[in-house]
Amino acid sequence: MRTTILKTMLLGIPIVLKRTARKYAEQKELMGKYDAVIQIQIKDGSVGRSYHFKNGKLKSQSGVRKEADVRIIFKDVPTAVRLLTPPVDRAEAVHSAKNFAVIQVGPDHIVQWFHDMLNNMDTLGLQYGTPMPDGTTRYTTNGNGGPTFVYVKEDKIIRITPIDLDDSDAESYTIHARGKSFTPKRSGVVDPHALCLKSTIYSEKRILHPMKRVDFDPDGERNPQNRGKSGYERISWDEALDIVAKEIQRQKRKYGPGAIALNFGSHHQWGNVGYYLSSLLRFGNLIGFTRIHPNPDSWEGWYWGASHHYGSALRVGIPSFYSTVEDCLKEAEMIVFWSSDPETTSGYASGHEGTQRRFWAKELGIDFVHIDPNLNPTAQLYGGRWVPIRPGTDSALAHGIMHTWITEELYDKDYIATKTTGFEEWKDHILGTSDGVAKTPEWQADETGVSAHVCRALARAWGNKKTYLSAGGLGAGFGGACRGANGSQWARNMILMMAMQGLGKPGINFGNLQAGTPMDHNFYFPGYAEGGISGELNFTAAAINNYTRMPHVITMNPVKQMIPRLALPEAILEGKAEGYLWDGQSLENQFTPFKYPMPGYSPIHMIYRYGSSSFGTIANSGRMIEAYRDDSIDFVVNQSIWMEGDAEFADIILPACTSFERWDISEWGNSGGYIHHNTDQLNHRMVVMQHKCIEPLGESKSDYQIFSDILSRLGLGVMFTEACREIDWCKRVFESSDTARHISWKKFVKKGYYVVPPEPAETRDPVAYRWYAEGRPKDLPEPMPIPSQFGEKFLHGLETQSGKIEFLPNSLKRGDPDNDERPIINKYIPSWEGRQTKALYDKFPLQMLSTHSRYSFHTYNDGKDSTINDIEDHRVLVDGYYYWVLRLNNDDATDRGIKHHDLVRMYNERGSVICAVDVSPMIAKGVVKAFESAAILDVIEHPKYGRVDRGGCVNLLTPKRAQVKKTSGMGSNSCLVEIEPWTDSALFVTAAE
Amino acid sequence: MNKWNMIVDVAKCENCHNCTLSVKDEHVDNNFPGYAAPQPQHGHDWIKITRNVRGSSHMVDTAYLPTMCNHCDDAPCLKVGGKDGAVKKRRDGIMIIDPEKAKGRKDIAESCPHNAIAWNEELEIPQIWIFDAHLLDNGWKEPRASQCCPTDALEAVKISDSEMKERVVNDKLETLLPELGLKPRIYYKNLHRYAKHFLGGTIVTEASGQRECLSGATVNLQQDNKIIDTQSSDMFGDFKFDKLEAGHHYTIEVTCVDHSIKTMDVALGKSIYLGEIELT
Repeated sequence: MRTTILKTMLLGIPIVLKRTARKYAEQKELMGKYDAVIQIQIKDGSVGRSYHFKNGKLKSQSGVRKEADVRIIFKDVPTAVRLLTPPVDRAEAVHSAKNFAVIQVGPDHIVQWFHDMLNNMDTLGLQYGTPMPDGTTRYTTNGNGGPTFVYVKEDKIIRITPIDLDDSDAESYTIHARGKSFTPKRSGVVDPHALCLKSTIYSEKRILHPMKRVDFDPDGERNPQNRGKSGYERISWDEALDIVAKEIQRQKRKYGPGAIALNFGSHHQWGNVGYYLSSLLRFGNLIGFTRIHPNPDSWEGWYWGASHHYGSALRVGIPSFYSTVEDCLKEAEMIVFWSSDPETTSGYASGHEGTQRRFWAKELGIDFVHIDPNLNPTAQLYGGRWVPIRPGTDSALAHGIMHTWITEELYDKDYIATKTTGFEEWKDHILGTSDGVAKTPEWQADETGVSAHVCRALARAWGNKKTYLSAGGLGAGFGGACRGANGSQWARNMILMMAMQGLGKPGINFGNLQAGTPMDHNFYFPGYAEGGISGELNFTAAAINNYTRMPHVITMNPVKQMIPRLALPEAILEGKAEGYLWDGQSLENQFTPFKYPMPGYSPIHMIYRYGSSSFGTIANSGRMIEAYRDDSIDFVVNQSIWMEGDAEFADIILPACTSFERWDISEWGNSGGYIHHNTDQLNHRMVVMQHKCIEPLGESKSDYQIFSDILSRLGLGVMFTEACREIDWCKRVFESSDTARHISWKKFVKKGYYVVPPEPAETRDPVAYRWYAEGRPKDLPEPMPIPSQFGEKFLHGLETQSGKIEFLPNSLKRGDPDNDERPIINKYIPSWEGRQTKALYDKFPLQMLSTHSRYSFHTYNDGKDSTINDIEDHRVLVDGYYYWVLRLNNDDATDRGIKHHDLVRMYNERGSVICAVDVSPMIAKGVVKAFESAAILDVIEHPKYGRVDRGGCVNLLTPKRAQVKKTSGMGSNSCLVEIEPWTDSALFVTAAE
Repeated sequence: MNKWNMIVDVAKCENCHNCTLSVKDEHVDNNFPGYAAPQPQHGHDWIKITRNVRGSSHMVDTAYLPTMCNHCDDAPCLKVGGKDGAVKKRRDGIMIIDPEKAKGRKDIAESCPHNAIAWNEELEIPQIWIFDAHLLDNGWKEPRASQCCPTDALEAVKISDSEMKERVVNDKLETLLPELGLKPRIYYKNLHRYAKHFLGGTIVTEASGQRECLSGATVNLQQDNKIIDTQSSDMFGDFKFDKLEAGHHYTIEVTCVDHSIKTMDVALGKSIYLGEIELT
């Protein structure tokens, strides 16, 4: 019986293939792409049918033929029937493939082609896009700045707009607080960088063809010293892919494992398929690579410092925010924003969704205070007392506040007694009993620039009012203060202060209304950190949900060698580097050093570079110029959308297309992993189909396609694709999620998005840390910490050894007891680069802050003739060039004879960057502030000043050292500079000529 | 007859530039015959945001003023270009400069007292923000600028002129250059944040040998010996009187139980933070 079924199925394949070819020109064209014979058969040859494709025609024949190009062999009839019965059960298919119950033998491109035709039967009928009255078709997409509609006419993007929800979308939540009701706007409120993308898609900086550096000869002289100097010539895709594939083979044969390093920039696109944690990792794992291990760059002090006091290591030291929006609106009397600018950083990737909620707080009369060297956009918008503070001294102010709390008994003694350990020693430290120095408001004043009476007034208001602490843009976590020499001190103090005020009690929590909306936290859709299609279980969160929900073939990187990202240039130039692990499974993992090179592996000789430029984002990034030109690096390939930054240092450039030119699927704001349930920053959770809105520009291809093309040359093509195209993977992701329970694939693709209904009012999740404050077992829907991390009983207590908030952390006592930069008692230690480093400070008396950009998501939106360049708060046009903006206090400007929008050279011993200054009283005296994310690197060698950049990569000037010894945390916000007027711009023109 | 108006709340504009980017997204490289020719890639700000920073020390605030074509009912551009149809006033209140008929008409660009008409050097035409008339005509409910505004600082309303008049009174709306009587259709709320000045300070005192911020002190603002406003100093001792005119003399009188009265005379040039005022 089954044999008959199978024979019928095999007979049916050409019938349906031909039918789709008659119906769809695309299928017809595909069918004519190759002449080949595909054989499907049972292992013993008892049943089989061969398919003969010739000149676009298809004939089939019963039986098993010897001359087949591709052979698909099933173990037995039941396996064949199981796997050929639509809809394909992916779990079964993957299971059978893993156990070799089905194998495919033959050239990758033919196997893939055959499956493309089969998969087409599923996808060609899919309708998507909505015809609009103006003749455009409206598609949907998603990105760092939020989901948008994309209007397209004749394969050209006309406009990109936010998505207004319609009546068929789920209803919105309502929060009732203090007699008022609050319901959010029924629209996805996006970031500015979501609205500039059309200008970057069609930018003249787009790389439209594969390129080779003119003086790079893979078979002869490679001239690494000329990287970044010599120009490029156009080559064919075949030539480019052959060079890259051969080089991968050569590296492995010549040097052995580890010679190839994979390096990527910060988030340049969005999606679950074509993402660096998805396709790139799958590609890397299939060739084996030395990992450039990222540092927790947005978290830093929280991970290396705060987590030791209260746990939350799997959240990189950041607390969760469940239901804090409602609690804050109902209970809180004040919000202290400390190094917190959600209007700039959008929490994390969540558009301006939090903005209206902060207006609700204002409407309710909740007081705002802003501690920041800059009157940042959040402080500007909402008002409230600005407390300007010197960068890096936040910990001293925290000491002064706690001194007032202790002396005036403005802290929660019961909470301290029952929920914390070590307070007596901390109290002795604050009062000076133990070291003879009382940390009074007067003590901190000279250091911080905050008057003693202001410190006391703040302490009293805070101690008397139910207060939310917004320590960083997300509500806790992130924030510039965690990215300096004193970053871990500051973050540690934030925890200690909240312990003193009773973290988790009504109205007392971390947050700024950016996170903690009443979303449905039980609805699963994978965030990007869940690894997408990578199959990588160690360095993504795939193992938790994605790997089982979307069965796919595991991939593993056999190379255990890693280079800490901050030390990549040293690894290349000096041949060695040491770093510390970012691994949140426990508080202790971060104490483990790792060394490069690792025994048995080759040092790196090839860099596979992917994504956006990093010169604007990585500390002391000028070091990378020398590293790129080092003799030890045989080969640099860069897979990039735009010709900028790192791309200009490659030997071979592979042109990738944007996410508008390929398929993907994602949820807004869903990063998953370390920021579990990040989507409760939104007012409406939105799962979005990232339609392929237009064809790839020029000869550019999707990242997925490029990886697939390279791997096909290594015989790994189908291993990479699992015979799927991006659209097929999108469907697999969709089906793996809870979205499929609520809307059909067809309907979802057609409409382009699905709004997840909010949690009903009666079943909303409990408030974060309320369980802890009330001494109950944990009742939050978060899988962290992992079960073994509870000391006595599952769900009882925190992740620390005592299960309580520890003023003197046990994990530090055990793991790093003698570190004078991270002492057990979190005493104030002035910055290793700041006002107290006198010799340096005398030469460079300004403290430079470089924060996340407001208008560009890292380097993704900057440069490339983007419309954001016209924003005067982003770049300023001077003499025909768009200069990076540096914010400067009026007095500092006057002292130096500098006027608003003058060009200045900002410099220190690490280099010079030319900026246009924004002179105002919005920045504290002695401080300058720029964004960190310039995409443009535009350097000359100046006869007097050495390397000078006018692209705006202020990270050329930031220190490379770790913020605290025995960590891999960066300290970029501890950076001393001086500025002076700049008049030498003509030199850049001469250099360019 | 309902007509379009835009209400701009200056206190809610945070300089995010979603509106200006939307305008560029809509018009750069896009041609809408009869409505607008393409906008140049750079150099045109059909919606423009201008910053005003007030104060000093910690008492600094900013206001951002979005400006655009005011779609005035008695517009000078209409007088200059209306006769030959180069400038048209639609029945819904929206002004359109015809990209064909206005070619070479620099006089139209120069006629606008709001400087809201840009001159396209390449195409030799005057151009404005057209309130997205081309989209509204295709069923859009509002222009892109207000649709993408995160704070509702921009609110587009289509109501009758009499209803609009009512709103002007109820919401205390103003227009730019009201003295010209051009009947603009762009209205501003909280314009004082941009156009007026504040006078602020911090009340401190000595208590138990140390300096303290003094909250709850009564601060009277007097003009011509009359109290025109009263505030109580906040938890940081701060007070701040806003919406003041430059060029006027004011007197600040601070009183607090158990403290002596303190008065200060201020000739207000522009917004000023008086610094710390000590009560003994």
